[in-house]
Amino acid sequence: MPETPMIAPMIAIDRVNKFYGIYKALSDVSLDIVAGEFFSLLGPSGCGKTTLLRSIAGFDSPSSGDIRIDGQSAIGVPPNLRPTNMVFQSYAIFPHLNVEENVAYGLKRLKLGADEERRRVGAALDQVRLGHLGKRRGHELSGGQRQRVALARALVLRPKVLLLDEPLSALDKKLREEMQVELRSLQKAVGITFVLVTHDQYEALALSDRIAVMFGGRIAQVATPKEIYQRPRTKLVADFLGGMNFLSGRTIGQTGAGLTVETEKFGTLTLAMPEERIEVGARATLGIRPERLRLLWDDERAPHELTGKVVDRAYFGETTHLSVGVEGLEKPLSMIETNTYGADDLPVGADIRLAYDPDAFVLLADDPPVERVQ
Amino acid sequence: MAIAASHAPAELAPPEPPRPRWSASEEASGLALISPTLLYAISLLALPILIVFAYSFWSQDYLTIDRALTLQNYRTALFEPMYQDLLGRSLVISLVVSIVTVVISYPIACFISFHGGRHKNLWLFLITVPCWTSYLLRVMSWKVILGYQGVLNTGLMSAGVTDQPIASLLYNSNAVVITLVHSWAAFAILPIFVSLEKIDRSLIEAAHDLGDTKLMSFLRVVLPLSLPGVISALLIVMIPTVGDYVTPKLVGGKDGVMIATAIQAQFGKGANWPLGAALSVTTMVVVSTMAGLTVLALKLVVRRIR
Amino acid sequence: MTSGNLRKSRLLPGYVGLYFLFLYLPILLLPVFSFNNAATTTFPLAGFTTRWYVSLWANREMLTAAVNSLVVGLCVSVLSTLLGICAARAITRYRFRGRRAANGLIMAPLFLPEIIVAVSLLMVVLAAGMELSLATVILGQTVFCLPYCMSVLTAGFEGFDRSLEEASLDLGETAFGTFRRVTLPVVAPAILSSLLVAFTISLDEFILAFFLSGTEPTLPVYIWGQLRFAAKLPGVLALGTIMLVLSILLLTIAETVRRRAERRYATRGHAHA
Repeated sequence: MPETPMIAPMIAIDRVNKFYGIYKALSDVSLDIVAGEFFSLLGPSGCGKTTLLRSIAGFDSPSSGDIRIDGQSAIGVPPNLRPTNMVFQSYAIFPHLNVEENVAYGLKRLKLGADEERRRVGAALDQVRLGHLGKRRGHELSGGQRQRVALARALVLRPKVLLLDEPLSALDKKLREEMQVELRSLQKAVGITFVLVTHDQYEALALSDRIAVMFGGRIAQVATPKEIYQRPRTKLVADFLGGMNFLSGRTIGQTGAGLTVETEKFGTLTLAMPEERIEVGARATLGIRPERLRLLWDDERAPHELTGKVVDRAYFGETTHLSVGVEGLEKPLSMIETNTYGADDLPVGADIRLAYDPDAFVLLADDPPVERVQ
Repeated sequence: MAIAASHAPAELAPPEPPRPRWSASEEASGLALISPTLLYAISLLALPILIVFAYSFWSQDYLTIDRALTLQNYRTALFEPMYQDLLGRSLVISLVVSIVTVVISYPIACFISFHGGRHKNLWLFLITVPCWTSYLLRVMSWKVILGYQGVLNTGLMSAGVTDQPIASLLYNSNAVVITLVHSWAAFAILPIFVSLEKIDRSLIEAAHDLGDTKLMSFLRVVLPLSLPGVISALLIVMIPTVGDYVTPKLVGGKDGVMIATAIQAQFGKGANWPLGAALSVTTMVVVSTMAGLTVLALKLVVRRIR
Repeated sequence: MTSGNLRKSRLLPGYVGLYFLFLYLPILLLPVFSFNNAATTTFPLAGFTTRWYVSLWANREMLTAAVNSLVVGLCVSVLSTLLGICAARAITRYRFRGRRAANGLIMAPLFLPEIIVAVSLLMVVLAAGMELSLATVILGQTVFCLPYCMSVLTAGFEGFDRSLEEASLDLGETAFGTFRRVTLPVVAPAILSSLLVAFTISLDEFILAFFLSGTEPTLPVYIWGQLRFAAKLPGVLALGTIMLVLSILLLTIAETVRRRAERRYATRGHAHA
């Protein structure tokens, strides 16, 4: 459930549903976004994140529910009257205008006078480091440059919220990483609320103050990146961000410290109490991240150990991903080891010992069934 | 002219979001916007054709129109030998012209599509430019070429190839066919070109990889996939050609008369509009049938090649 | 880029050359004989002269027909482009029932024999009691030019990124302001192209003008009238050459404008997730 902040949120989305004919794009979505935060909507293709963003911008209107921006309901308000501005996935740079004219586009209506306009445009372009390209046209710019023009054009209008629709998906990896850094520092410099839509988990983790993970038109979890990564709420969320080892167990009771779950090979574990009621004796799904399983070398010992055999391995330069078969477990465990200690030399079939930390396990809820068609 | 716009952003996600809905409903706006043009087309195209259809069932006595329904005009149009002859010849000419045009234009379209490189549009432009000039002038130039004292004859004679002018070049069906093929040649290229452009080149490479020779890959991959364009080209040439007026009049002489002359006569001195209407309808129906059959035959032939 | 069809590698260019010859030679004859110092079109040529062109200036009838053609051409191009803009915009941007049928109807003249279109319009015009005049020619030729304008305009409207208009709205502009500041400028080349194409087609068009004009002929109708007089042929050839050059010039301009715009404004495919 969304956290309730002390001050009124900048964007309040209240039980929004969106239908296209019988297809349900958004299902009972509620969300609060705080002023000044870098918020990401994360999820796979078709999960509804873009629809939600466009609803905030005003290009789609919800079938039911309310969207309030800075305290005012935005339902029925057209995009040109909302205090939001959007950076489109295709950048939408006007091809018949040069860079300066593009950035000045929204300022024309304000009738600021030529000098003030020029000053603001110059400042906006300097902020995205494109000051020297003012007279160029869209087709003469690279992808990254066009994106920065789109940013400048939106920011020069000093909106309360900047909406970004997968702005980096068209760029290659290296450029994407550079732009991610730039976006983050830009947001800090400008200080306004950014709402980013992305399907790239690492991007969301790196840039955001908080993330909303979406599947099938619903919000699965809203939390800070660390919390989403370390304490995912459901199986889908756990699986979407990074790798995850899934284990099954049985609830055997609860204590003051939390829920006690019995597992096949990892003994009895105590986990934090979940929000939903769990019946004693019910099956539970647990997860542990591959990097929380540690290889033990030579005579090293640890309080909690398992033995296994390397079933498969993949070399990734900095790290090696190992698939380790453990007797009694249905699926092999995934492990990630840095290659500093020789994990890359382990042959398939090697016997290994691994250590685990009982506090690193998370209880994962089932995801609600996805019904997209009414 | 490049009607070849071959770009198609692929929509991968579930339904493409419809246009913004905060103004009036999309359907109403769309209809409102297209209404002037639609009304124009309906009143000046659809309606007149319906009126022609109506007229074909009436009869005319000098200047008065008798609205009693009758099939007399159709009986005349279909069974009188003169009109049968004209219609038959028009159909044959239109069939021959469309087939010849498509056959000679196909390799050109292939050339531009596969070997045109960056200058495809330039090639296309250069080839279609003659087409966009006055049809009348082009027919005139053929008259000049094919005449008894014309360019071809006097040229051949002064070059010493023949010592008598060839009389059979002008004022017959052959002249009509040659002139019409020349007129339509470049038009036919366009739809074929568009079709060829849409073919994914890796399909041809796959065919080679699976063992086809270049000829086989052409017959089994390129030809079938370009069929829609070929059919388009056939239709674009066949149907308007059957009603051509200028060419038979200028270069057809007695042997190359086509049905359009007869139709026009009913609206001039002949003053028998209902008959003219009936002839028009008959021509349209018959040529559409012929076009349909040709397309069917073509599809069957191509399917055999697999 | 090239794959597969190289079996035609040496035959094909030769064939293409022949094809070009076949297409262009007949047309090139017009200028050749228009400068020929003889009243008949036979070889060998009889010396160079410009007297046929000079004689055109004195030809009052022809000049009137030329003016008529210009007036008709301008009206037709403006009218069919305006109608075409409405229809092309509606078809590419909106979804409504009967969209395909409407498109089919507008494009129908491409697939009909011109004489049938001419005859049907003639009947309607006369039955409505109207007089045949340049106005009726304009009405008729517009029906005929619409499909060509539609092709050019639809391509123009389809070829630009939809999010441009959304971006304009997002940046504060009204719907009409967006149309004025973004849509129109970006589609302008297609509009210009459509105007030029329609004008050229109208200028050269014969059948509809022949059937629908009253006492005022357009140039092609005038030429037709002159064709039965063998003596007038060289003059006609001179006139024809001028028309030919004009048409080609206009079309080249239209194509250049279209291509320059396409290079600048065409959007390369974007990945939409």
